Amino acid sequence: MSEYLLQAKQISMVYGQQTVLQAVDLTIRAGEIVTLIGPNGAGKTTLVKAVLGLIEPSLGQIIRQPGLRIGYMPQRLHVDPSLPITVGRFLRLAHPSKAAIKEALAEVGTSHLLNNPLQSISGGELQRVLLARALLRDPQLLVLDEPVQGVDIAGQTELYQLIETLRERHQCGVLMVSHDLHLVMAQTDTVICLNQHVCCHGHPEHVSTDPAYLALFGEKYSQALAVYHHDHDHEHDIHGDVIPDESGNSPNHDHSQCGHNHHHGSHQHSNKHNEQKQDEQKGGQGHA
Amino acid sequence: MPDFLWLGLSAGLIIAAIAGPLGSFVVWQRLAYFGDTLAHSALLGVALSLWLSINIQLGIIICCLGLAVLLVVLQRKPQLASDSLLGILSHGSLALGLVTIALIDDVRLDLNAYLFGDLLAVSQQDLYWIGGVALALALTLWRNWNSLLAITVHPELAQVEGLPVERLRLTLMLMIALLVAIAMKIIGVLLITALLIIPAAASRKFVTSPEQMAATAIAIGCGSVAGGLGLSLSLDTPAGPSIVVFAIGLFLVAGLANTALSSVKK
Repeated sequence: MSEYLLQAKQISMVYGQQTVLQAVDLTIRAGEIVTLIGPNGAGKTTLVKAVLGLIEPSLGQIIRQPGLRIGYMPQRLHVDPSLPITVGRFLRLAHPSKAAIKEALAEVGTSHLLNNPLQSISGGELQRVLLARALLRDPQLLVLDEPVQGVDIAGQTELYQLIETLRERHQCGVLMVSHDLHLVMAQTDTVICLNQHVCCHGHPEHVSTDPAYLALFGEKYSQALAVYHHDHDHEHDIHGDVIPDESGNSPNHDHSQCGHNHHHGSHQHSNKHNEQKQDEQKGGQGHA
Repeated sequence: MPDFLWLGLSAGLIIAAIAGPLGSFVVWQRLAYFGDTLAHSALLGVALSLWLSINIQLGIIICCLGLAVLLVVLQRKPQLASDSLLGILSHGSLALGLVTIALIDDVRLDLNAYLFGDLLAVSQQDLYWIGGVALALALTLWRNWNSLLAITVHPELAQVEGLPVERLRLTLMLMIALLVAIAMKIIGVLLITALLIIPAAASRKFVTSPEQMAATAIAIGCGSVAGGLGLSLSLDTPAGPSIVVFAIGLFLVAGLANTALSSVKK
């Protein structure tokens, strides 16, 4: 956990008159999940692009571990309908081996899509296929720009859990961008709350009560957060079993902050993404 | 079959074979207007080479390549929307070419041959030019096929995966420029883009991979060249437009066939 995969120091980005990022620090260690949250226009994607080396920051420095292999999952993939391409062919752009492609697709639970046209699959499936492409790079660092975009709530939870599983299996660092803290809390080690500068950062529990966070997202939003709070205060291993957190405490089911009914609806996973295995396992554990 | 026909037919088939895969990229990346702009600049190349008394084919190639580079550079930091920029360069170079040709009064030039193509004008030497350039294009395409596809699908993803995106993009633009330059004599300035786009578009509905699309586009393009030349000979019509008319015919037949196929499936 100690070695830095990547360290960004005092990154600033200025376009003409407009400052998009101001003196942002960011470090990612192996096996660590760092989540960037912030409102639209906070500079999340700009920071991600600087980390990836797609743009040069106006000021500051990004130190990458030499030879760092990055798997990148872009925010959007629009393939022109005039381009006939299957999921398998799309993945072959990143890796020549068919066996490796099948393995990566199996890992994200979309083996059945191998020969489907890329434009015909659903939003959630596409996100998984993009994740498979990132995995084909055998990444030390996964960079995921809004990985759950265009996915329904049930699918979002599944995807975040998948990312967590992949982190465990590959022991890679993860940098991801998210709009909402509440869904990613359980899967995140460090949250960086960004609004051009770093408003606050730290453990998700800590950030969710930080005045700077509340000021940015408002009271109402943090109420919504509390609804999900107890849902995600424990972690799942690969088999979906609840595992104790680092200090060995059992998951905390204190509902006192919520003050209203608990929604378990988000755990009624649909079978849409053909994830029967995961679903059955998750369905087997009670929350009430 | 007379020699000039063999020369014309060979040149046309070579061009169609390269236009298939390159035209597919033009369709996928929506570069049709880019192709038009290059074609118009080819006429400026003709005018400048007459004015400077250099080899016309060489002048066209230099002019097309120069404009492709200029476009790539200008689009890097866009001050204008891409289509406005293309419009300015496209019509600017066409107009400048026409004015320059008019100013060179000691040259009698058949402008129609350059605007619409002239089958009879293909000489042995032209065929060598076309063959040589086409070979270079084919090799470049072959070597960079996967990388070019990757930047077509998602340039930033390709860049993170270590591909030299800027260089590949420039390579694609230069390839299109070269093809336009050598195709000008057969098809003509105003219709070159058609040979890039129509065969690729006609093949889309029947294929499931990029490679199949390129191959089918080659077949449709070669068919159009052969059919169009036949049309041109029998009806005494200009070669370039005849080829394009034949290609459009194939496009419509392909569309109807596809509709029929899908209704049978249902």
